[in-house]
Amino acid sequence: MKFGIVTFPGSNCDVDALHAVTDQLGQTAVSLWHRDHDIQGCDVLILPGGFSYGDALRAGAIARFSPIMQEVIAHAERGAPVIGICNGFQILCESHLLPGALMRNAEMKFICDWVHIRAEGNAPMYLGGYAPGQVLRIPVAHGEGRFAADESTLDALEQNQQVVFRYCDAAGAITDAANCNGAMRNIAGIVNAGRNVLGMMPHPERAVESLLGSTDGLPLFESLLARVGA
Amino acid sequence: MSRFRVSVHIVPRKGLLDPQGKAVSDALHALGFADVEDTRIGRFIVLDVNADSAAAAELSVKAMCDKLLANPVTEDYQIASTVTA
Repeated sequence: MKFGIVTFPGSNCDVDALHAVTDQLGQTAVSLWHRDHDIQGCDVLILPGGFSYGDALRAGAIARFSPIMQEVIAHAERGAPVIGICNGFQILCESHLLPGALMRNAEMKFICDWVHIRAEGNAPMYLGGYAPGQVLRIPVAHGEGRFAADESTLDALEQNQQVVFRYCDAAGAITDAANCNGAMRNIAGIVNAGRNVLGMMPHPERAVESLLGSTDGLPLFESLLARVGA
Repeated sequence: MSRFRVSVHIVPRKGLLDPQGKAVSDALHALGFADVEDTRIGRFIVLDVNADSAAAAELSVKAMCDKLLANPVTEDYQIASTVTA
C-alpha cells in the first residue's frame, strides 16, 4: 500500500507520519508538496499536523486552497482513504470534506499532553483493529482543537455513527474533566458519511512504538492496511 | 473603475463559546464594569477593492467572506463601511 504525506508550508508532523507508515507499518510512502497536482498513485493520503501557512486567518483556511487539495478532494470523492491529523483535521473541515469546525481551546491554552480517547462509531477502515469502546492513550498538541458544529449536524453525526473518537478518562467514561479542549460532545475525531475520510485532533502517528510511550495509534494504520490491502 | 475601501467585521457566532471574549468580560467585571453583558472578539479586515461601484465592491467582499474570510460554521460577518479609497 502506498501512502502520500502532504507537506504544506508550516507542516511539522509530516516526517512523523512518514515514519509511522514506513518504518512501523512497513509500507511505501512519498512526500507530496502542497503545490503538486499529481498524487503519484497513492492509495492513502495523509494531511499531517502543523501550522500550515502559519495558521493565518484560521487554522487550515489557506491550505484548503493549495493546488494539492483539488487532488485530495477528488481522492476522497472516489471513496479512497484520506486522513487528517490535527492541522490536517482543520484543513478537512475547512475544505468541507468533513462537517464542523475546530475552534480555539476552551481554556485558551495550547495543549501538549497525553490524553485518553475512546474508539466508537462505525468506521471499519480505521477502527477494525480496535475493540468497540477501546480506550487509547495518545498525544495531543493543539491550540485550536475544540470541535464545534450546530446541533443538527452533531445529532446527524451521532445517528450515523460518524463520531469515531471521544475524549474520555482512563476508564473510558466521557466526562467534562477529560474533555481537554472543550469539544462539543467530547468529539476528538469523526469520519465523513462515506467513512473513508477521517479527521482527528490526537496524533496516532506519534503513538506507534513503545519508545514513544504508546502503541495505541498503530492499529489505526493496521486496520487501513487490512481493509485497503497491501 | 474606482478603488473602494471595504471594512468587514467577523465575530464568533452568538451561542458558541468565545473563550477570549469571556476572559475579557470577566476582567471588565473585575474592574467594576458591571454593565458588560457579553464580549465577543473577532477580526476586522480592511480591503482595498477595484470595482465599478460601491455596491459591486461590497458584493465582491461578501463573496470573499463566504469563500475564505469567514468560517460559515462558527462565524458571522458584517460589512462595517465602504468608502472611496
